[in-house]
Amino acid sequence: MCKRPLEVEDVLTRVIVANGASVVTALQEIQNNYGYLPEEVLRAFSRKTGIPMVDIFNTATFYNAFSLEPRGRHQITVCVGTTCHIRGAGMLIEAVSRLLEIQPGEVTPDREFSLETVNCLGCCAFAPVMVLDGKYYGNLTAGKAREIVGRIREEAAEGAPEADEGESGGSREGVC
Amino acid sequence: MVEMTLNGLMVKVEEGTTILEAAAFYGVNIPTLCYLEGLSPYGACRLCVVEIGEPGSAKVATSCTHRVEDGLVVRTHSARVMKARRMLIELYLASCPSSKIIQDMASNHHVTRVRFKQRHEDCILCGLCVRMCAEQMQGKAIGFAWRGSERKVTTPFDKKSDACRLCGGCMYVCPACRSRCQGPQAEQAVCNACLNLPQTDRNYLFFDNAVCEAMEPPGGAPKKMTNRGA
Ligand code: FES
Ligand code: FES
Repeated sequence: MCKRPLEVEDVLTRVIVANGASVVTALQEIQNNYGYLPEEVLRAFSRKTGIPMVDIFNTATFYNAFSLEPRGRHQITVCVGTTCHIRGAGMLIEAVSRLLEIQPGEVTPDREFSLETVNCLGCCAFAPVMVLDGKYYGNLTAGKAREIVGRIREEAAEGAPEADEGESGGSREGVC
Repeated sequence: MVEMTLNGLMVKVEEGTTILEAAAFYGVNIPTLCYLEGLSPYGACRLCVVEIGEPGSAKVATSCTHRVEDGLVVRTHSARVMKARRMLIELYLASCPSSKIIQDMASNHHVTRVRFKQRHEDCILCGLCVRMCAEQMQGKAIGFAWRGSERKVTTPFDKKSDACRLCGGCMYVCPACRSRCQGPQAEQAVCNACLNLPQTDRNYLFFDNAVCEAMEPPGGAPKKMTNRGA
């Protein structure tokens, strides 16, 4: 999910060229690069585009998808929207946080996993839903969720290369 | 110029003004918390609600954001409106009892109890300071951050901001910053020390109920329109 971070300047140029500095898409781009929204980058972005820092901060804190803190290398998001809640999101969270020994909003000490909750992902038909590294898993049970996370964890432990790595390949020791 | 009915009176108002401004022009006082002349209307506090439309199919709208139009029928202090306003004031009292402005409003509207869990916030998120900073001071030093129950006014990253010139405009407009006078009931959340001062808004209520009744259709308004609150 998280490639080797580019230089701040490169990211910003790319962001600005790509979308004429619309805040949300810019933040998405920054987050894709660093795995979170580093303060210096946001400040540099504000300086470069003239968009006031308050507005950027407002947007960055408004959306659950953005994080101001470094996240784990594998991002787990469990939906706790109304439908998922009714269909057992609580059990998913409990299963995952037991397995990884972290609470929602936390990162594992080895920085491999972070767990977050979100209020509805817009695919309630598959409730309860969990997203792991951008991939959606629906109709889950606590057991299935444990299995999926466990598998990724084993892969990570073995250091197996992941299929979705982009151009930057190489070093995985990045900021995130 | 557009013609509208304000509390049963036909009045002429300039096009493009809001109901709140029109009412103020004709001397009708509508309570507000998040409105200030010179700042853009925001519609956050909901205290300025009025009833618009014919009785029976009227809806409640915020007068600070609603523009006047031809044939608009507005009741600024009907029983329904007063009930909504009292409830709002009670809610504000429950969250921010230390504000003089809110306490005064409570006395003025005869709100004497709080049925909600008592909190002691120092911000009601009216956004006046944010707009003051951005629109009058061209500062853009403070803004809203986070969301839902975590929403608050702050500087980016909660750090001292370079954009802030320490003008104090934000404090000047803040309705929560002016602390209440310690009246006879200093210990309690509701002060109500000013209860026996003349209550302008309550007088309106009586005046306006009569007007509302006069405007009701011959068969009588639907039951829920009458005897609300009061
Ligand atoms: S509630 Fe989970 S996807 Fe809508
Ligand atoms: S003054 Fe209209 S909503 Fe606050």
